[in-house]
Amino acid sequence: MSTKHAAAARQFILNREQEQWHNETLWMVRQKRDNMAMRIAEWEELRELAGKIKMHTISRLDHYLELFSSEAERNGATVHWAKDANEHNEIVYSILKEHRVKKLVKSKSMLTEECLLNPYLIEQGIEVVESDLGERILQLMGENPSHIVMPAIHRKREEVGKLFEEKMDSEKGNSDPTYLTRIARKYLRNEFLTADAAMTGANFGVAQTGEVVVCTNEGNADMGTSLCRLHIVSMGMEKLVPDLKSLGVFTRLLARSATGQPSTTYTSHYRRPGEGCEMHIVIVDNGRSEIRGNSEHVQTLKCIRCGACMNTCPVYRRSGGYSYTYFIPGPIGINLGMLKCPGKYSDNVSACSLCYSCNNVCPAKINLAEQIYGWRQGLDSIGKADRMKKLMSKGMKFLFSHPALYRNALKMSPAINLLPRFLVYSKLNAWGYGREMPRFAGESFTSMWIKGKVKKTNRK
Amino acid sequence: MYYICIKLLIMKIGLFIPCYVNAIYPDVGIATYKLLDYFGLDVDYPVDQTCCGQPMANAGFENKALSLAENFEKLFAQYDYIVAPSASCTAFVKYNFPAILKGEHLCRTGGKIYDACEFIHDIVKPEKLPGKFPHKVSVHNSCHGVRELHLSSASELNIPRYSKIKNLLSLIEGIEITEPAKVDECCGFGGMFAIEEPVVSVCMGEDKVKNHIAAGAEYISGADSSCLMHMQGIVARNKLPVKFIHAIQILASGL
Repeated sequence: MSTKHAAAARQFILNREQEQWHNETLWMVRQKRDNMAMRIAEWEELRELAGKIKMHTISRLDHYLELFSSEAERNGATVHWAKDANEHNEIVYSILKEHRVKKLVKSKSMLTEECLLNPYLIEQGIEVVESDLGERILQLMGENPSHIVMPAIHRKREEVGKLFEEKMDSEKGNSDPTYLTRIARKYLRNEFLTADAAMTGANFGVAQTGEVVVCTNEGNADMGTSLCRLHIVSMGMEKLVPDLKSLGVFTRLLARSATGQPSTTYTSHYRRPGEGCEMHIVIVDNGRSEIRGNSEHVQTLKCIRCGACMNTCPVYRRSGGYSYTYFIPGPIGINLGMLKCPGKYSDNVSACSLCYSCNNVCPAKINLAEQIYGWRQGLDSIGKADRMKKLMSKGMKFLFSHPALYRNALKMSPAINLLPRFLVYSKLNAWGYGREMPRFAGESFTSMWIKGKVKKTNRK
Repeated sequence: MYYICIKLLIMKIGLFIPCYVNAIYPDVGIATYKLLDYFGLDVDYPVDQTCCGQPMANAGFENKALSLAENFEKLFAQYDYIVAPSASCTAFVKYNFPAILKGEHLCRTGGKIYDACEFIHDIVKPEKLPGKFPHKVSVHNSCHGVRELHLSSASELNIPRYSKIKNLLSLIEGIEITEPAKVDECCGFGGMFAIEEPVVSVCMGEDKVKNHIAAGAEYISGADSSCLMHMQGIVARNKLPVKFIHAIQILASGL
């Protein structure tokens, strides 16, 4: 009966205090986002424009990819094309091998998570250091991100303090965020200085100029790329925007939607490699071409990975990122997981009450909720429909298709009120978990209408 | 007296009382009828109606809703307006029937169905209503009411603030209107979601009820009996001090 998501969510909510904290923390981010959005008079027009620019770019992706790669190469970068995760990982490794890289310092990239790059490189003997603070914490803990923008949001500062005591020899019991950040900074400084190559993701690729734009708050991408002679960019092919003018629409939306900041602290434009340095851009498909041909779900390619849909999602806030089986959680993750492999990730489709809040916060106006509704319609055909729900739907269809039978059922239903409690509140009755059953009225509206009991108003 | 457009008086209105309202909250149906009748409107109730099919469709069995949509189309073909005291069911007919009926025939009900509050606010536009309701009422802004039917300005959007339900309720003497924190966050009902993800659903409902109570609510009221039913179940289980009433019942309280 229960999906993997529902089961994991139950576990998460067992610790109600932690759940409430998680819920409120993310709600605070949603509020910060609201404050920013309300301060820009043309906010809704910006969202509309962003959605249209993305759809335009996606519909002419061949043109923009060619333009981007030729401009990037003209700038002196080397462009690589990866059809899937494996190819991406092999390309990155071959570049590293060629440069005899022993240590790679990375800034945050969800694409490299998607491709499982870190374990692949570590297996090849390369030391991989995550330099985004959240990602670094998780790397030291051996965990995966639970949110795409705030990867360690499920961890409290006390837990981070303990981790740093163990790994970085920080003061015992000190979990002051400023102190812990200083400690991390000191340790990371050494990693930056001793790394042989830097890797970043890409928030945007500008086709007109062939440049890559990376947005961070910690400046870690810049530290890595400034100190190393080799910079590898991993970029999903849907990250393109046509020109600098359209980029401006997205840089206005991204940080406001993601964290409620007017802009990220650093918005770095990488156009050409420095003297004696190399810049490699790996453009990754990994299923994106297929999504492009899927008219019902093509809109997912508009996603700029801001995480706003997670922060607003009432289910995500109360169940945590790990309750989803795909590495990207929340509304966008439900959809991307299904696009990746419906048989494997269908357990996340239950994690939605169809409240439509995600649609309203999405800066690219993706129809996230309609898509989740759409996936539900396809579950039965891949044998993933819930048996109980199927049975109930069949029964309801039968009842509701026979008006006389329905009226009879209406007549009988008050008898249910009289059933003994242990029969009604059994384990089979999920409604009974935390809720009393509604009580049927003594007489239905239809019955009263037929008997002429629904009276007109006495007009004075 | 209020002013009603003459054209409206010759219109025929078909009342749609969704299945669960019919069986559990018939008083909401009666209040809707009384109110529309009070405005002098010609209201009829086709007795062969059942359910719009949303429970099955949201659960992933939209195909099971096809015959119900066809039946609904037939039953309500003769009316100029369809009015239902349920924002969610209204939204389903309005936005999902056209897709469900695609390839079968043109959907005619989607364009003429209104939630009862929406109909009274946008079409009838009363300036006065009789009756008193000297209570503190917290408005429950249901997801489909807010984000599909636009009964109030969604909190996520940068648009001018409004609330049709608050506008209507404020016509009633003595009422004190309030709203919960996280003003239009989902209560966790979500149809089959409530039984497929019961723990999350109940957790959301408990939070929502807490926010309504913290706003000082004597009553929680709104346009969707389904949300109210879910929250009522939580309130009954935890014996919390708050009551429920559909917005239409408050509007009809003086009739």
